[in-house]
Amino acid sequence: MTTIAEMPAGFADKVLSAQSTFRSVMDAIARPGSVQRVAADVGTPAGMMRGAAAIALTLFDHDTPIWLDGAMSATPDVARWLKFHASAPVVADPSIASFALIGDAANLPALERFAFGSSEYPDRSTTLILQVDSLTQGPAFELKGPGIDGSAVLQAMIKPSDLFQRLSINEALFPRGIDVVLVHDDSIVAIPRTTRLIASGV
Amino acid sequence: MNAPTYNFAYLDEQTKRMIRRAILKAIAIPGYQVPFASREMPMPYGWGTGGVQVTAAILGPDDVLKVIDQGSDDTTNAISIRKFFGKTAGVATTTSTTDATVIQTRHRIPEASLHAGQVLVYQVPIPEPLRFLEPRETETRRMHALAEYGLMHVKLYEDIARFGHIATAYAYPVKVNARYVMDPSPTPKFDNPKMDNCAALQLFGAGREKRIYAIPPYTTVVSLDFEDHPFTRYRFNAPCALCGADDSYLDEIVTDDKGGRMFVCSDTDFCEQRQAAGHHGTESAAPHKEKAHV
Repeated sequence: MTTIAEMPAGFADKVLSAQSTFRSVMDAIARPGSVQRVAADVGTPAGMMRGAAAIALTLFDHDTPIWLDGAMSATPDVARWLKFHASAPVVADPSIASFALIGDAANLPALERFAFGSSEYPDRSTTLILQVDSLTQGPAFELKGPGIDGSAVLQAMIKPSDLFQRLSINEALFPRGIDVVLVHDDSIVAIPRTTRLIASGV
Repeated sequence: MNAPTYNFAYLDEQTKRMIRRAILKAIAIPGYQVPFASREMPMPYGWGTGGVQVTAAILGPDDVLKVIDQGSDDTTNAISIRKFFGKTAGVATTTSTTDATVIQTRHRIPEASLHAGQVLVYQVPIPEPLRFLEPRETETRRMHALAEYGLMHVKLYEDIARFGHIATAYAYPVKVNARYVMDPSPTPKFDNPKMDNCAALQLFGAGREKRIYAIPPYTTVVSLDFEDHPFTRYRFNAPCALCGADDSYLDEIVTDDKGGRMFVCSDTDFCEQRQAAGHHGTESAAPHKEKAHV
C-alpha cells in the first residue's frame, strides 16, 4: 500500500507549472504536428511519462472523468496519484470520459468506445492522451488542416500504426470527433479533429 | 497587516483549468462556441470580463501584454485591464503590437500584421451571430449543428433589398474553416480580412454569455457575401490627419460645431510608429467626405 510519503510528487510550482504546461498544450493544438516541450518539474507515477503527468495536473480535476487503459491501470499507482493530486474520478466506461490516458497505445481500443460529442455539443468528447515511442524519429506523416501553414511533417513512432487511418473518422464526423495528444517523455504533439493526413512514408 | 494577495493572474486554479479546457476544445473546433462557467470579475459585464478571463487563463510571467480598446492603448478600459494584470500577474505591458505576446482587444484588430507566437484575445459582447435572427438558444444550437445558415444570408439579402448594398458595417458574419458561421465581435468589417490565414492564434471570450471560441492560426475565414454583391471593406476617404496613412482604419473626431472634423488612425500604436518614422499628416480638420468602399 502506497503511503502519502511514497506517493510521487505533483508539480513543483502548482500555479506556474500548470500555466507553462497549458501554453505548451495550447501551442501544440493550435499548431498540429509541431513538437512542443513541457518544461515543468513534475513527479510521475510508474508507467506515466512526464508530459502526460504534467498535462494531467494541468487539465484534470473533479469535473473531468478519466479513463485509464490496461497499462495505466495495471497497478493502482496512477489512479491513486490522480486522485490525490487532481481529485479526478477514474471511470470504467470510456464513453463518459473527458480524458483517456493510454499507456499501451498498441492496444488502443476502437475509437467508437470513446465520446465523440454530439452535433449540438461537439465539445463533449474524449481527449486521448497517448504515450508513444518517439516524436522525433520514425516514419514521416504529412499533415494539413487549421493551424498548419500549408503542410507539416511529423516524424514519429506511433502505435497503433494505423492511428491516422482510424482518425480519418474525424473527417466524416466533424464537428464531432476525437482530439489526440501524443506524448513522448517531455515532448507533446497534438492532432486535433481538424487535422488530416496527406501522406505517410518511411 | 499584509495586504491580501491574489492568486497569479487573479483567477483561482480550478477556474483556470475549466477555462483552459474550454480553450483547447475551441481551438480543436474552429468557430464553435464552447460553453464555460464564466466567473464574476471585478469589473462589470460589458467591460471585457470574457476577454479578461481568457487572458488570465493563458497569461504567464514571461508574457508581454498589450490591451487595446477600439484600437487605442490609452482609453480607460484598456488602461484598467493593463493595470489589472500588471498588478495581479506582474507581467510586462507594452503598447507596441510587435513586442506583445498576448494582445487583448475590444473592437479592433491591430493594423500591424500579427506573427506566430502571438495570441489575440477578443472581448465579445454577443457571441451568437444568429441571436438577433433567432432568440432561442436551442434553435441556434441546432442551426449550427446542421450548418443551416440560410437565415444569415436572408439578413444580408435584406440589407441589399433595403439599401442597395450589404449595410452591415461591424460584427460582419464570417465562416470559419468552411463550417461554422461566427461573430467576429463588433470589429469593423474593415478588419475581417485580417482574420483569414492569420499567423497568430485568435481567442474570443464572452463573459456574460459564457462562451469561448477560437480561430487557430492559418485558418480560412471568409466573410459571407453574394456573387453579385461581394464583400467590401470601407474606410473614410481621407488620409490620417496625424500620420498621413491612407490604408488604416480611421476614427472621425469632431473638432468644432461648424461641421469640422478630423480623421485619425484608430490604431494609436500604428499611428505613433508612423509619426516616429517621420510620416506626417495635415494635422488639420478635413471637410466631410463619403465613405469609400475599397
